Formats: sequence, structure tokens, C-alpha cells
Amino acid sequence: MSAHDMKSAVPSKASSLPRPKPPRKLKAILTGLIVLLLLAGSAIKTESSFSELFTGLPNMLDLIKEMFPPRWSYFDDITGAMLETIRMAIVGTTLGAIFAIPIALLCASNLNTIKWLSYPVRFVLNLIRTIPDLLLAALFVAIFGLGPLPGIFALTIFSLGLIGKLTYEALETIDRGPLEAMTAVGSTPMQRIIYSVVPQIQAHFMSYVLYTFEINVRAAAVLGLVGAGGIGHYYEVTLGFLEYDKTCTIILFTLAIVLFIDWMSTRLREKLL
Amino acid sequence: MIELRHVSKSYPNGVKGLHNINLTIHPGEFIAVVGLSGAGKSTLLRSINRLHEITDGEILIDGASITKASGKELRTIRRGIGMIFQSFNLVKRTTVLRNVLAGRVGYHSTMRTLFGLFPDHDKELAFRALERVNIVEKAYTRSDELSGGQQQRVAIARVLAQEAKIILADEPVASLDPLTTKQVMDDLKRINQDLGITTLVNLHFIDLARQYATRIIGLRAGEIVFDGPVEEATDDVFNHIYGRPIQQEELLGDLVG
Repeated sequence: MSAHDMKSAVPSKASSLPRPKPPRKLKAILTGLIVLLLLAGSAIKTESSFSELFTGLPNMLDLIKEMFPPRWSYFDDITGAMLETIRMAIVGTTLGAIFAIPIALLCASNLNTIKWLSYPVRFVLNLIRTIPDLLLAALFVAIFGLGPLPGIFALTIFSLGLIGKLTYEALETIDRGPLEAMTAVGSTPMQRIIYSVVPQIQAHFMSYVLYTFEINVRAAAVLGLVGAGGIGHYYEVTLGFLEYDKTCTIILFTLAIVLFIDWMSTRLREKLL
Repeated sequence: MIELRHVSKSYPNGVKGLHNINLTIHPGEFIAVVGLSGAGKSTLLRSINRLHEITDGEILIDGASITKASGKELRTIRRGIGMIFQSFNLVKRTTVLRNVLAGRVGYHSTMRTLFGLFPDHDKELAFRALERVNIVEKAYTRSDELSGGQQQRVAIARVLAQEAKIILADEPVASLDPLTTKQVMDDLKRINQDLGITTLVNLHFIDLARQYATRIIGLRAGEIVFDGPVEEATDDVFNHIYGRPIQQEELLGDLVG
């Protein structure tokens, strides 16, 4: 290409405006430095190091060796507890989902315009989600004693927090048009919700409930560690008696169940949305 | 009969939406409300069923003040006024039939409508409404599978099922193409003539207003600057309403006629 062509394609002086300078890279470099500093800092403070990981490696291998082959006969003993775990997740999720409905409606700023009501409810909802489910379970065990009941309550509260939050955020994105149309039709506030909000939100809501159920099955599997029922109790027992082959059976069983429920739930959620 | 007495609306920031509107609308009239966007057409229409609150004056529907009504009384007045929107405002995820039946909820208690158990009479009304706008074959189709024009006809069916005596149509054809515009306007006109339903339509196409309406109300900056029969709404009148000569985009064109 000759110089002449270049000239015609790009005029030598298109405008007298100064060209902008490229943005500086300082910000990216500083961010990288800060991340590295935080990483190194926390490693030093928690006294963890890669060398420890390597020296611990033989122990890990020993443990894995003892875990295999799994004690398959142990299945019969833990099937009941596994079913209990699933039942806990089902009941906990359902209860949480039911309580989440009014809470989400109260939180959604487009449906509840009373600010002094929606803000405190939102605050409580946020508070609930900061409490780990194991802590909740331990708390309820202290109140109601050992067994699946405190586990169910813990899962209920946890589900309420999660479903409530997801649902109210979805509620805030619904189309206002049908709401307006229902107002014009002369409906009561309740009818407005049933006829214009529910149809818009129900698929999302069901999807959130299934998602929470997935999480709850996993959570319920360890709640037994604090005495809140389910399969978790058997982890503690078998680990305590150093029966690692039994522990392995439990882990594989849990893995299979969780995978199966995840797969089903994902399939269902794909169908919903 | 709709009566507006000294109706004004000012927004919190001081902007005047409507200024001292006095209007009497008789049963069976087909009125086109015209004006530039921002002139207060939509505010006027939405004040009549109180989707927007007015700040001054009073609006009477068949002698009853909707301005003073609340609770059940307000809902009963609203039940008699159907509304059609530019964006159709159907629930897209549910069937056409359920959208039309939603027009009936004002007639029933909350408990009764909770599970969607409508009496046979209501279903009959809904089907007849769908037949009137020629879309009955779509009764069990999900609304989001319909075209814009079809959705607007479903919205008209909802108003018919509501057994409204008044129809407020806020830019009902603004998001439709010229052909479906004509269908929807024809439906509105036919319903107005066959059933004697008082109809108020906000329009921005001047030729549509002239062709379908019996009376034209011109709004400018929240005030009525023209109110009279179509015959009197000459080009000069429209120039006056718009405060400038009519422009090409304010005419829909050949399809009308």
C-alpha cells in the first residue's frame, strides 16, 4: 500500500482535539498486590503452609487405604438414617418455603410501599442468612433436645432466609402492567397478588424451592454432627470408632443421593423456566 | 355518565399535570383524546378510574364520586370501568381464558377467587367476549404466544367480560402495526356501537381520531383547548391543539378508510 492510499483512508489531521491518554495500569497492579498480600498474610496468621500439606500426605494416603474397600453391608444400618435426612430436608424446605411467601411479599418494595415495615423485615432476613445452618442446628438442639426436630427447624430457618431473599428480588423485577390492570378491574389487594403476581413468580419460586432443597439435603447430611438427626450422626460414630470403611460407605451413599437429587432438581428446574 | 369538576393534578415537584378540567361525558359516546405527548392525556384517563390520584376537584361516575370512594365502594366503581393499555398488560405466563376471567374477580370475594373457581356464568361471559373479538380459538393458549394485536384483543375481551359500562383505552394502538391498529380500533368501535359502552381513547394519530371518534377532546399542557364533535375538528383546530402544524408522523396514512 502506497503512502498516497494511506492518506486517503486516514486523513492526516482529522480534528484538532487532543487524543485521550490510555488509562493507567496502576489500579490493576495495586489490586494484584493487595490480593497477594492478603493471601500471604492469612497463610502466615493461620500457620498453614505447603510443606505441611506434603508432610501430611502419607497420613491422608493411610486414611484412604483404610477406607477401602468400603463396608457394603453397612448400607442396611444407615438406610433409615439416610431416609430421615431426606425427610428432614423435605419438611424443612417446605416449611421454610411457606413462611418465605409472606416475608418476600413484605420485602418487595414494589408491592409493599410501607417502608417502616419492609426495611425491618429485610434486615431480619439478612440477619438470618448470616447464621450458619450448623450453628442454628446446635442452637435448636440446646432448646428441643437431640433428634431430627431441631434439624428440621434449622433447615426451615435457613430455607426461609434463602427462598425469601431470592423470591423478593424476583418479585421486584415483575411486570407492573398486570398489577395495574387488576387494580383497574376492581380487585382487592389479595386478588391482585393472586392474579397478577403469582402467575409471574410461581415458576421462579418453584425453582428456588428446588434449589434450596438441593442445598438442604447436603446440609442435612452433616447436621447429625451436632445431634440434629439424620445421617451425620453416623459420621461421628464411625469416625470415633476408627471404622473408616464404614465412613466410606456413608460418604459414597451420601454422594450418590446428593448427585441424584441435584440431577433431578436441575432437570425439573430446566423444565420450569 | 362521567363528570369531571374542576379537576387538577399537580405533581410533588410542582409540575401541573392537569389544570381545572371540566368535562361531561354522556353514555355511548366515543371520544378521542388528542394532544402532544406530555399534554396530560394519560393522566386524564387514569384519573377517571383513579389509577392516578388528582389533587383537586371531583370526578363522578354515574353520579357517584370516585374521588371520595374507598375500599369496596371504590372497587365497585372501578369494576364498571374497563381499561385497555398500550402494553396490553396481560399476564403473559397464563392462558388467554384465565386472563379474560381475571376481569371477573371484582364480582367475587377474595376467598372465592383464590383457587380460580369461576362460576359457569363467568366462563360463558369470557367465551362470548373472546368470540366478539374473534379470538376464541386461542382460549387455552398461553398469552405470550400471541402477537401484539391478538394480545390487545384479549385485553378487550377482558374488559367485555368485566361487563364494564365505560372503556378507557390508553394509547391502545401505539405499539401495533397499521393493519392490527385498524382491527383493534374496529373492535373498539363495534363494541361501542353494539353495546353502547362509553369509550375514551387516547390517540396520537389524528386521522384515526377523526375516523373513529364522535367527539374530540384536545389537551395542551394539562388544559382542554378543544372539545367538540369530529366535524368541527378541522386542521386548524389540530394545529391549535398541537401548537404547531400537523406533522407527517401524526398521520397513520392510507390504511384508514
